[in-house]
Amino acid sequence: MAKSAWGLPLILLLATVGTTVAGAQQITVAAAADLNYALTELANRFEHDTGSKVTLSFGSSGNLYSQIVTGAPFDLFFSADEAYPQRLVADGVAEAKSLRTYAFGHLVLWVPNRSSLDLEKLQMQTLTHPSVTRIAIANPQYAPYGRAAMAAIDHYGLKERVAGKLVFGESVSQAAQFVQSGNAQAGLIALSLAKSPAMAETGRYWEVPADAYPGLRQAAVILAASKQKKTAAAFLDFVVSAEGATVLQQFGLTPPMHP
Amino acid sequence: MSVQALTLTLRLAVLVSLILMAIGLPMGYWLAISRRRWKFVIEAIVALPIVLPPTVLGFYVLVAIGPLSPVGRWYHAITGGSLAFTFRGLVVGSVLYSLPFAVQPIAAAFSSVDQTLLHASATLGASRWRTFWRIVFPLGIPGVLTGFVLSFAHTLGEFGVVLMIGGNIPGATQTVSIWIYDQVQSLDYASANQMAGLLLLVCFVILIALYGLRRNRKWGAWGWQ
Repeated sequence: MAKSAWGLPLILLLATVGTTVAGAQQITVAAAADLNYALTELANRFEHDTGSKVTLSFGSSGNLYSQIVTGAPFDLFFSADEAYPQRLVADGVAEAKSLRTYAFGHLVLWVPNRSSLDLEKLQMQTLTHPSVTRIAIANPQYAPYGRAAMAAIDHYGLKERVAGKLVFGESVSQAAQFVQSGNAQAGLIALSLAKSPAMAETGRYWEVPADAYPGLRQAAVILAASKQKKTAAAFLDFVVSAEGATVLQQFGLTPPMHP
Repeated sequence: MSVQALTLTLRLAVLVSLILMAIGLPMGYWLAISRRRWKFVIEAIVALPIVLPPTVLGFYVLVAIGPLSPVGRWYHAITGGSLAFTFRGLVVGSVLYSLPFAVQPIAAAFSSVDQTLLHASATLGASRWRTFWRIVFPLGIPGVLTGFVLSFAHTLGEFGVVLMIGGNIPGATQTVSIWIYDQVQSLDYASANQMAGLLLLVCFVILIALYGLRRNRKWGAWGWQ
């Protein structure tokens, strides 16, 4: 009786192990939340072209960094800045020579369509408008876009005036969700999210000038513990290829200049 | 260590447990004595937050208090504000989230009260109200206390719902569990450890007290395992 009760779980367990071994061309990728749509598209194309499987895991870069440092089994890490990948290299958990800038990110001020605020006229002063009582940004403690948002607010000298209005998303995606759902009236989010279908249909944005915040130089790195370094490198190559660059551009991410 | 997050969390937990007592006593009593056929439906609804992922609850609460929902608009019309990202919003979410932890022990304790006592009380001409406060409530006190302590502890440990509807504002919606999460994300393990250790200790002491009391014969009728 005991034997038969264990039979099914055992078969299932073996089956799971079996598929993992058989599908050897599989990589798990940790990616910054601003890449949610762009990288999903790229992964689909890569899977289609190569037959390898790409599993994507999104979060704020700081969140992913701390997961990786504590041994999360990722093969490749796409950060929304270059500091976290550099730190991983310094920590000895990422491959120094794989480190590479894949895009520059942009910060936008986003409001829902039903908002009557004139973004082109008000620009950054939108944030001080009386009808804006909540401003969503990513948490600057661990999200690069949150840091960029704080820097931009500081740049325009609005720090004191908006301090009481800020709400912090756990990642730039959550900040986007806060404002998209209407619970915040304005948000400082990634252009790559503003260009996603769901956000593009429901709101409009004003691009924060690049000189208002330190550049969002986004870098990727292959992790030292990866057992699929070849596939990981192939995927990274694909992302920085001409085809990859086109997709990134569609989502408002600027690919680095090719010399 | 963030004293602000700590006092905020304690304030939230005390407020939520008190509100849950106000809801849980009548609701528990009704569940204990009602003979309605559809009582099981109410019981299932009360138990829902136990099995629902906090994200499901958080998602619906966020949508419900948002400016597009009738509830959100009604609240805005009355107060001129919004519940999202406010302490009040957290109270609403937490009351829903901890509801079963208050109601279930209370209902169980009340239903274990000897029915003959109730009949005797009624025969002697006592009103339902009087019977409740003189017989059911005193005999059910262990269950009521369990409900209070559990909803308090459960609110202390709440994370998912707060993460979804809070917006992480220090002094307004940043609870201890969110604060710990922030420290871990920013790799300040020492601070995270201090606060997490404290929370662990507090929860452990609360449960030790609860289980310790249960051993006592006098507190016989516990409506909770």
